[in-house]
Amino acid sequence: MSLFRTCPDSGFYFHKSAESLMKVNAVAAAVALLVAGVLGLGVVLTRWQEVHLLDAATFYMVLTGHGINALIFWIIFFEMAILYFASSTLLRCRLAAPKWGWFAFILMIVGAVMNNIAVFQGNSSVMMTSYAPMQAAPMFYLGLILFAVGALIGCFIFFGTLVIAKNENTYEGSVPLVTFGAVTAAVIAVFTIASGAIILVPTLLWSVGYIGHIDAEMYRVIWWGMGHSSQQINVSAHVAVWYLIAGVVFGARPMSEKVSRTAYLLYIFFLQLACAHHILVDPGISSEWKVFNTSYAMYLAVLASMIHGLTVPGAIEVAQREKGFTQGLFEWLRKAPWGNPVFSGMFISLVVFGFVGGITGVVMGTEQINLIIHNTIYVPAHFHATVAVGTTLAFMALTYLLIPVLFRRKVFMPWMAKMQPYVFGGGMTILALFMLGAGTLGVSRRHWDMDFTGALLTFEYAGIAYTMMAIGAIGGVLGVVGGAMYLLVTVGSLLFGEKLEPSAGFLQSFGKGLDASCYSSGDPGRAEAAPAVEHHGSAGFEAPGTFALALLLLVTFIVYYFINWKYLASVWQLG
Amino acid sequence: MTEPTNNPDSEQNERIPAMQALMDNPFLLLFIGVAMPTVFYIIWGIMEIVTLPVAP
Repeated sequence: MSLFRTCPDSGFYFHKSAESLMKVNAVAAAVALLVAGVLGLGVVLTRWQEVHLLDAATFYMVLTGHGINALIFWIIFFEMAILYFASSTLLRCRLAAPKWGWFAFILMIVGAVMNNIAVFQGNSSVMMTSYAPMQAAPMFYLGLILFAVGALIGCFIFFGTLVIAKNENTYEGSVPLVTFGAVTAAVIAVFTIASGAIILVPTLLWSVGYIGHIDAEMYRVIWWGMGHSSQQINVSAHVAVWYLIAGVVFGARPMSEKVSRTAYLLYIFFLQLACAHHILVDPGISSEWKVFNTSYAMYLAVLASMIHGLTVPGAIEVAQREKGFTQGLFEWLRKAPWGNPVFSGMFISLVVFGFVGGITGVVMGTEQINLIIHNTIYVPAHFHATVAVGTTLAFMALTYLLIPVLFRRKVFMPWMAKMQPYVFGGGMTILALFMLGAGTLGVSRRHWDMDFTGALLTFEYAGIAYTMMAIGAIGGVLGVVGGAMYLLVTVGSLLFGEKLEPSAGFLQSFGKGLDASCYSSGDPGRAEAAPAVEHHGSAGFEAPGTFALALLLLVTFIVYYFINWKYLASVWQLG
Repeated sequence: MTEPTNNPDSEQNERIPAMQALMDNPFLLLFIGVAMPTVFYIIWGIMEIVTLPVAP
């Protein structure tokens, strides 16, 4: 018999088995973030040329561990928790096959541990991309494969839960928008994992000697089907988190369900094709393939992100104006709860994702101007704006929402939680902006030593490139401090946070259910239907402040885009 | 003149627009979301590589 509890503060319903799986996945994610953060400190203190902390071999090992723990393990463990929440909790139904959920979780843990062991043994310093013919230990690839299989099972548990909700009629009409965002994330996850299987299984066989050769170009094309799509899961998931937070904190309704869902549909159709921008300078692949995948298709996905970037703050603005914050263009924003880390984290995530991550993503996806920055430190700058600030900060904001709701504890050290999004978001934004500058000056993406000490072929970077790397590194250190603050608050909340439910003890923070009296087997009732009333045609006037912000984004984009074209003309002096 | 009806049966019989039917079907979305990049990115990309002439 399925057991449910209702959170008395938020009204969210939790299926007991789903609740435990959400907790353990979220805790595993935090552990991966801890590892990623410590290793990230080593990376920034080495790329800061004046400090240059680590020797070359240790640097590449640390960089490999940082990339995989931050971009794969932290993110996907957390996304599993989101998938279970968006299906079971938001649709008020039992989770499909919870025992398989535990099996998936164990597989993911075993895979993550194996991969980390392989990396720290020092013979798998192939970085996250692990480009063939560089070869890692078999345990490196096997760990990734086991992790991916676990995540795939998690995705199908999510789809199974949607079927249960439909069959048991637990919601009216269409699934809520946040759940639809999770559907998008799960769809992309399936393609991601399938691409990973296609390339990692033969690479594993190559590493143990059963296959003699892996074609380097084939590897790159298929690997990026996994490597970049895994970050597209994040985009779908963190946009869903934005909508959720706007709804919970402000009671905001999407300005138009249809428009927001259509934007998600554009993600499903086109977002994954953007993987191709990693291949833009590869010989042997035609311009038709590159242009179709990175321009004609990718820009439709960019359009979708711009729609979400408009509709999420627009929904908040409409909700705020209804509460009486109607003075001028921005009273709704000035009087938003900036001291609430759930809101501040979400909003910083949205702004930096759009203004820094989004704009640089389009520049990188343009075949011609990509030539200026391809394989420079511009690339990690871009994905620190999208993944570190966009996704990670959105997930951090969601954590502050879930600590009382899911774990039934008050947030520990709320003053620190209040500061944390600014420290983390500010630090990572400084890191991203200055690495963008250094990348534009040609600083290489992965080279351990900017001075090329002892190298046969050397290059002398402009002095300002060193300054930019140093300021970026200071931002990175600040970001690591912000990450540590997040972990202090979350772990502190689970261990020492004031209990909102007497039975929320130590083990309950790590997956065990609350006292039996908290749960009942009663029907949780139907989820609310998506709003029938749509607002069309007047959205710009209902949310003029957001409209102004959108115009600012457009102007910023146009100016930056043309600066890059001008720069290309000066770097490649043609005609 | 016909009175507007609030009968839930008649609401259920109302024709669902094609786009909504698509968006309400997660498995169709899954198929499209996997097929699109598989065809345009993976298969087309692999074909480009395997048809490259071998250097003499």
